Amino acid sequence: MDALIEVYYALPVVVQILLKIALIMFPLMGLVAYYTYAERKVIGHMQVRQGPNRVGFFGFRMLGLGQPIADAVKLMFKEIIIPTGANKVLFLLAPMVMLAPALAAWAVFPFDVGLVLADVNAGLLYIVALSSIGVYGVIIAGWASNSKYALLGAVRSAAQMVAYEIAMGFALVGVLVASGTLHLGEIVMAQQGSLLHWFWLPLLPLFLIYFISGVAETNRAPFDVAEGESEIVAGFHIEYSGMAFAAFFLAEYANMILISAFTALMFLGGWLSPFQGTFMESWFEWVPGIIWLFAKTAFFMFLFLWFRATFPRYRYDQIMRLGWKVFIPITIVWIVVVAFMRVYDMPWWFD
Amino acid sequence: MKTVINYIRSLFLWELLKGLRLTGSYMLKGSVTLQYPEEKAPVSPRFRGLHALRRYENGEERCIACKLCEAVCPALAITIEAEPRDDGSRRTTRYDIDLFKCIFCGFCEESCPVDSIVETRLYEYHFENRGEHIMTKEKLLAMGDKYEKELAADRAAQALVR
Repeated sequence: MDALIEVYYALPVVVQILLKIALIMFPLMGLVAYYTYAERKVIGHMQVRQGPNRVGFFGFRMLGLGQPIADAVKLMFKEIIIPTGANKVLFLLAPMVMLAPALAAWAVFPFDVGLVLADVNAGLLYIVALSSIGVYGVIIAGWASNSKYALLGAVRSAAQMVAYEIAMGFALVGVLVASGTLHLGEIVMAQQGSLLHWFWLPLLPLFLIYFISGVAETNRAPFDVAEGESEIVAGFHIEYSGMAFAAFFLAEYANMILISAFTALMFLGGWLSPFQGTFMESWFEWVPGIIWLFAKTAFFMFLFLWFRATFPRYRYDQIMRLGWKVFIPITIVWIVVVAFMRVYDMPWWFD
Repeated sequence: MKTVINYIRSLFLWELLKGLRLTGSYMLKGSVTLQYPEEKAPVSPRFRGLHALRRYENGEERCIACKLCEAVCPALAITIEAEPRDDGSRRTTRYDIDLFKCIFCGFCEESCPVDSIVETRLYEYHFENRGEHIMTKEKLLAMGDKYEKELAADRAAQALVR
């Protein structure tokens, strides 16, 4: 072990960073793959079906665990069809523009105390900046496809993502006011104490709005008018096939995981143990923080699937009304409330 | 007052939470899926599947070429030709059912005075070549011979209500 660590430090810095990136990226990609499997399973069971259960390994079915691998291999070997009227460069650029920020955002994500790829001081800003790039991928894809359905989907999704980004940004301003820092690690440390010290309680409206906006931001049900199977078939990515489509697919699921992880980080105390400050604290000391973080993230990831299985799609005007006339006013009011709590050192969060 | 209550309810996503509770309860209920090739759904004795021509216990074919089934068939799927046999009894020389035309209404079975043409419980079959969709007399009789036990039992079970 010590020899391995020595070898690691002897490597050039660039290689060290690449190793770290690989260490984040490969589990993340695996998680994305099995998230799609979990989605089909969970929604299946909610609809009293079983979901995929045939594809396994070595001739065993194993509850269909081989399904995501089979899907990925199939997509990789399929042809990327480029429509004749499409703008070839932009057409191929769009999935990359979509996927890159979803992955790049993990650079500043703290998995535990000091366990972070890039310890950026203004990590929160970086996140907000990156999450707004995704909308360009959608617009580029819609426009470059030279298809009316793709364009309609892109326009819908762009309007929706811009609207909900504001509510999302304001919700994060609330976190910023409450914690007094942009540094993601310090935001978590500001929530230390106990389960009741986490920001979900004082920032409850912001917490809910952040997560719901996150669902809208990733174009997931019930806010998936951008895909709208019944009217515009698949929205902005209708013309995509093969690996280009897989990139959109990966981006969507990576974004969902990202939103879940950041909700856990900002409102549910990240890697902090939920038993902190109670008599059970010592019993669970052996559990690494990253497990708690994953458990919290998994809860929100499950909510994404639960929503999809439950809610019918919002009508377009309802989405806009919810974003502009409900969420934004509530967030603004609550930021003021949080500011007052902060100024008058309201116990027990801000004393 | 009512509008205020409704407004507060919608603000706190009351209806949505109720929906989530419903789907959540269904998830815990377990699935009702049958793993088809391994498990099969029960089939009623009245099931109208692939056709068969039955025989009497002494091996004599039941069909007397009355052509009632041909007349009643709404899809005109049945073609019958008949001639007197050597012993002078009237029998079919040709009895074809076109399965592409057949709508499995069961009228042929209803109309048959001697319970000759029947529909079995068989619903898993396929054609690989052109022309296989015609159930000829030989094929129908073979079906009848193969499933005679089941067919007789099903007819006996239904005798009271028919």
